[in-house]
Amino acid sequence: MNLALHLVTSFIASAAFGIIFNAPKRTLLQCGASGMLGWAVYVLLNERLDTVLATVAATFIVGVVSQIFARTHKKPVILFSVSGIIPLVPGGLAYDAMRNFVENDYNTAVQLAAQAFLISGSIAIGLVLSEVLNQTWRKLSGR
Amino acid sequence: MEESALGPEEQEPIEVCLMAGKIMLQSGAETYRVEDTMTRIAEALGLSGSHSYVTPTGIMFQSDNMRWAKLVRIMERTTDLQKVAEVNDISRKLANRDLTAAEARNRLAAIESSGHAYAVPLRIGAAAIASGCFTLMFQGGFSDFLPGIVCGGLGFSALILLHRLVKVKFFAEFTASFLIGIFAYLLLRAGLGADPGKIIIGSVMPLVPGLLITNAVRDLMAGHLVSGLSRGAEAFLTAFAIGAGIAVVFTIL
Repeated sequence: MNLALHLVTSFIASAAFGIIFNAPKRTLLQCGASGMLGWAVYVLLNERLDTVLATVAATFIVGVVSQIFARTHKKPVILFSVSGIIPLVPGGLAYDAMRNFVENDYNTAVQLAAQAFLISGSIAIGLVLSEVLNQTWRKLSGR
Repeated sequence: MEESALGPEEQEPIEVCLMAGKIMLQSGAETYRVEDTMTRIAEALGLSGSHSYVTPTGIMFQSDNMRWAKLVRIMERTTDLQKVAEVNDISRKLANRDLTAAEARNRLAAIESSGHAYAVPLRIGAAAIASGCFTLMFQGGFSDFLPGIVCGGLGFSALILLHRLVKVKFFAEFTASFLIGIFAYLLLRAGLGADPGKIIIGSVMPLVPGLLITNAVRDLMAGHLVSGLSRGAEAFLTAFAIGAGIAVVFTIL
């Protein structure tokens, strides 16, 4: 039940981000799908694993799905990946960090900020991993 | 090889390259993709030995056919995936020889002057609904859903309006997130919503520089050190503006 709610909300949120970023109308559903799959992986893994690992796995999935959509639609990868990674951006952590800074609790604030920084780095790592996979696959398949 | 000897026919491929690069960069494409597209177009149009140097604020382009390098200044950058897709399409068609340089130039000019595909109310509505969904995704209760929609919509409309009035991006983002914080607490006083933190996080999401952060790191990894660092600085400024806006709300309440 809870997972179903996550799936629906993340799909709607990612597709809505497609509208904000002016993605072509025909790609909005795919934007939503990549965001939904990434968020589902994140939510499922975050229960068991570290947040950083879950984020890397989720962005990797977003990257792979976006590459597949890009191939089938003959459109740049960025169209599908941007809306997909938005839910994974550590907005909550950054908020908590800022709040602690204002409340003069610098120890907690720096801890949270470092965690937010690590998570944004892991978003990039996941995307780069999927791109590397795509390039190797293209080379191995003979072109 | 005199520059003045270059007729309009020799100028056309160069201008097509520069226009394509300019539109892509202004619409939020990654630096390495802009350079890649420009080199491909140059090759397809018969410009040999072309080099392009792209940073977020300007493009330099030079090929063996030209005596001088050409420079284009980029003042404003937004996210417009439609334009990125269309320029990509033109570059693909040029490579397959489905388009001539003149046709490509006309189509690029049309793309450059085209506006946003979605009307402003629709975009505000999308931001509002996305904000509401984010409050639920970040473990907010159902009572936070409606305040999230209201705050997200108001914050995004404030961003669009302020960006038109004042051309300082930092100020627009700061004020938008400040208003979001104020409204979240006002709604809480009025008895709507349970956790102001969740409402604020959800509503701030449409302002978050997600594209900038990922583009910055991808540029860095692709070896575009100058672009990567300057995009990172831009992302940091935006994040700082949002955080500062919320921080002001905390201190006055």
